[in-house]
Amino acid sequence: MSASKPASTVQTIQVNGQHYTVHAAPITPLATVLRDELGLYGTKIGCEAGDCGACTVLLDGAQVCACLLPLAQVGAKPVVTVEGLAEHGQLSLLQQAFLEHGAAQCGICTPGMLMAAHSLLCSNPQPDRQQVLDALGGVLCRCTGYLKIIEAVLAVAARSTPAQSEQPAAGQAVGARLAKVDGVAKVTGREIYAADQAPADSLWLRVVRSPHARAQFTVGDLAPVYQQFPGLVRIFSAADVPGNNGFGIYPHIKDQPVLADGIVRYRGDAVLALVGDKRSVTTLADEQLPITWQPEAPLLGLDAALDPAAGCVQADKPDNILIRGRLRKGDTESAFRDAAHQAEGVWQTSCVEHAYIEPEAGYARRVGDRLEIFVTTQAPYMDRDETAQVLGLEPTRIRIIPSACGGGFGGKLDISVQPLLGLAAWHLNRPVRCVYTRPESMRASTKRHPARIQARAACNADGSLCAFEFHGDFDTGAYASWGPTVADRVPIHCSGPYFIPNVRADSVAVLSNAPPSGAFRGFGVPQAALAHEALMDALAQQAGLDPLEFRLRNAIRAGQATASGQVLTASAGLAQCLEAVRPHWQKWRTEAERYNAHADNRRRGVGIGCMWYGCGNTSMSNPSTMRIGIDQAGKLTLYSGAVDIGQGANTILLQIAADALGVPAGQIRYIMGDTDLTADAGKSSASRQTLVSGRAAELAGMDLRQQILRLTNAGPSAQIELAGGTIRVLDGTREQHIDLTALAPLPGGDPGGDVLLGEGSFDPPTSALDENGQGAPYATYGFAAQIAEVEVDIDLGTVQVRRIVAAHDVGRAVNPTQVEGQIHGGIAQGLGLALMEDYIPGRTENLHDYLIPTAGDMPEIDVIIIEDPEPLGPFGAKGIGEPALVPTAPAILGAIQHATGVRIHQVPATPDRVLQALQATRE
Amino acid sequence: MACYLRPESTTEALKALASAPYTVLAGGTDFYPARVGQALTEPVLDISALDALRGITTSERGYRIGALTTWSELLHTELPPCFDGLQQAAREIGGVQIQNTGTVGGNLCNASPAADGIPNLLALDAEVELLSAHGSRRLPLASFVLGNRRTARRSDELLSALHIPAASTGGRSAFLKLGARRYLVISIVMVAVVVTRDQNGVLQDVRIAVGACSETAQRLPRLEQVLCGQRYSPALLQRISPPLLDPLHPIDDVRGSARYRLNAAITLLQRALRQLLETTP
Repeated sequence: MSASKPASTVQTIQVNGQHYTVHAAPITPLATVLRDELGLYGTKIGCEAGDCGACTVLLDGAQVCACLLPLAQVGAKPVVTVEGLAEHGQLSLLQQAFLEHGAAQCGICTPGMLMAAHSLLCSNPQPDRQQVLDALGGVLCRCTGYLKIIEAVLAVAARSTPAQSEQPAAGQAVGARLAKVDGVAKVTGREIYAADQAPADSLWLRVVRSPHARAQFTVGDLAPVYQQFPGLVRIFSAADVPGNNGFGIYPHIKDQPVLADGIVRYRGDAVLALVGDKRSVTTLADEQLPITWQPEAPLLGLDAALDPAAGCVQADKPDNILIRGRLRKGDTESAFRDAAHQAEGVWQTSCVEHAYIEPEAGYARRVGDRLEIFVTTQAPYMDRDETAQVLGLEPTRIRIIPSACGGGFGGKLDISVQPLLGLAAWHLNRPVRCVYTRPESMRASTKRHPARIQARAACNADGSLCAFEFHGDFDTGAYASWGPTVADRVPIHCSGPYFIPNVRADSVAVLSNAPPSGAFRGFGVPQAALAHEALMDALAQQAGLDPLEFRLRNAIRAGQATASGQVLTASAGLAQCLEAVRPHWQKWRTEAERYNAHADNRRRGVGIGCMWYGCGNTSMSNPSTMRIGIDQAGKLTLYSGAVDIGQGANTILLQIAADALGVPAGQIRYIMGDTDLTADAGKSSASRQTLVSGRAAELAGMDLRQQILRLTNAGPSAQIELAGGTIRVLDGTREQHIDLTALAPLPGGDPGGDVLLGEGSFDPPTSALDENGQGAPYATYGFAAQIAEVEVDIDLGTVQVRRIVAAHDVGRAVNPTQVEGQIHGGIAQGLGLALMEDYIPGRTENLHDYLIPTAGDMPEIDVIIIEDPEPLGPFGAKGIGEPALVPTAPAILGAIQHATGVRIHQVPATPDRVLQALQATRE
Repeated sequence: MACYLRPESTTEALKALASAPYTVLAGGTDFYPARVGQALTEPVLDISALDALRGITTSERGYRIGALTTWSELLHTELPPCFDGLQQAAREIGGVQIQNTGTVGGNLCNASPAADGIPNLLALDAEVELLSAHGSRRLPLASFVLGNRRTARRSDELLSALHIPAASTGGRSAFLKLGARRYLVISIVMVAVVVTRDQNGVLQDVRIAVGACSETAQRLPRLEQVLCGQRYSPALLQRISPPLLDPLHPIDDVRGSARYRLNAAITLLQRALRQLLETTP
């Protein structure tokens, strides 16, 4: 045989049937070769460790992680990537099924899922469900809850013709199961995420982060470092930040440094930014930098941070209290005194990581006297303004171009790479790019607030609630981020979706040396729901009522006042949700009890969780402006500043605009999020885009329709049809034409060269809260009831969630497939919160130590959509993003209690914790 | 450019290892995860082209599992019932992607306390075969895995194969793994059991190993002794108690407390034994 091959740098590989000559080191992972050498960006990189499976490709027909395969081992074996699935431009049956079933949300895991499924179907064309699960088990998805993916694969296996999605006619888009308008890009791998694009001559930026949770540091002479690494162009430190070296969500709290200035407050704080060629910035290890650390004892956990002798995290907050929230309604003291039944408890929740599969990434470049930043984000306009104040530039000199967003869940509302890339590109006048590794993403980014909650509730003898008291301490970490939002939102929601005359609630955001807690699907409400739902179960038992009937008796209804004294006028569908789950509830409870009578070491139980959730910002203006234009060729464009983070905003805003205008949705294209091309639609958070931007899109569509009708003097019921450069308007028997080519493009350089432009703005009406937290903080609320059945292994403490019924009042389901997808995904995250997720800095900074649910953890889910229309919402619709998650964990904990008699007060309910609780009651 | 060798003969590979220190790479499933965000600069010896190290063969002396055998290959090889547990473990290692490339030898050399492959191989009395330019040697697996990420492999040696002696290939086996989720989960506890019974149902040979409950997976000789010579009854399983789990020293960590791990190990052992013994021999 031949002698050992020397370190070869040229190799021929076969990808998707094509031969490529590759110049790369033999150790280069195939994923890097596919992306950087062949430009096949459909293969995604989520962890580089075999934990997420996003990079799954086929090697010789078998699924492998392209991140873990050295180029040298590819040899002559054929590689198939997502780009190789479609033939002659025709989607494969599997891709089509993914599209039709709504199996892709953000789409970042989609290529990996498709390849894993494709590999299975090649060897086993008719797999059963278990075989599908086994094949997909190595790919993580954080959006979908997996069920629609599994359905799609099984549909291909059953050779059922895809017929789920619809191509609705004019005026029929709202309520239709329209396939995602960006779905084809997602199932073909053509979608461009933040790590998939950058100018070829970009420098790379790597952030040096603190290994300590609390320390002082000095940076010594960097000259030797430059000498040792000639490819290093520049090391940026705090002194290089030209504007304000601080950022934060609130205009008056810019407390997080872009680059720390001598003090670090959490493990992950940014210290230096290295810019140079890729090899130099990755080869240069942190230990080779002249940083002298003086570590100090960190304040970790609420007790440490609240200890009066503890010292402070931030100099101007001596007691480590960032902010307090407060609500007072009625007189709880006397209500408790007079109540027939009372229950109380203490609950604790963990630090939860968003774990979107796309790590933070982007690039920046200077264009004349302006700066362009291409980035994964949920909030382009906030990014723009934040970066501007850091760089000392006017906001209009910065253009944010959002990439497709590979998952956000609140974690991409705070800035990440934006100011550093901006700083470097501006200063060096070179394009600069950055991609976080998975550990860096987990270390640097915000988390869900760990909470400790003390609460009690009381009811009368007939089971009607009379009083509720709540105190919640929320560990907000080293910097403010969204801590104030949590402190504000929690007191309003913490007594649950019930009518209670007397409520007293206090929330405290506590600074510590943990990672900053920020926005995470629900802003503290999921934590509070654990408490209020446990109390409902306890009171129901005392009052001798069924837990569901107890909730139904107390469900808040239109005409009643919330804890903040806001009288709901419409769209309060909790009672309908409860009635919808009731038949399953009674049947499942009976079945579980029957099962347990004969069970050995397993117990089944069924629990219930209810929730409500205010859509939009709390008592704050949060407007959205949408535009829809038509150009001389008759091409319609929706200019949407609302970022689609996988939740489907691109599709539903288009559905709404289409119906408002009166044309088929398929005739409108869209531009998303680019701050130069769209108006500010606000951030994709607070379950607000359907309600707020949806209403703005409706108004924009109506505006354009009005203009067209006016030009043709047509009545309000006229039909609009597009035919090339002509608009035909049919009004009864009369037919009018607008020759678009004869109209002048609008002045002001409108982006699409449009000749007509409709615009709509909407700001949900709210009022300020007084010192007792009284007022109308939200325009509308979503409501839900979920029931969950679990099976507990009483010898091991493991919990398996078997099935869930989720009834959600969404006002109007603009796209039922997407509503179901949001609910499935919310349930998956709620399940993770309940059973497994716990972020520990320095210990669980990867996706094998930090566990999120896999395909095998998902229960069967039956979604029941309740439509109690919201008059303010577009076609009656309101938000679903966050509501989907809130009731799941309480329902699971209730089910564990029904199964075993034990209520778990600390999540995640790991096997260890559950067994301890079971043993405590046995002893 | 870092040195990267991918020899096609064992002799060449051993010559290279004798000449300089190399990081040995086989399936890559532990190599890359340990280097996330780092430049790949160290000298690497990629042994994946050494076909002599691949595959499972049998002879009158027993079974030989080539170190490069992947978990998927192992799973899809027809093997006697004493390998059921090992094949069950093969299903539980990472996702299918990892099973398709990760190797049996790599799992041993990586020597994670939670390595899913090790307990079954301990229970099968596996020996490792180490080759060097000076010759070969064999070690019992328990003497090979020394601690967390530590093995007895010298830097000039290559783990070439595992040998399961014929005398240990009778009986049936079971493997149970406990984790906090389904798929892609690092074990909290895992147990591997191999048993043989005579025609009267008396346990002749019982070999038990537990993983993730000490720095390395451990055989449980005292428990094996107690069970040998006994006939199965539910009461027999009740005799499994902490003192019999002697060599286990679990730690408290994010996945579970030491106390929990011991309890769970007992439960899993009872279940594995019941699974094997409740049916007729």
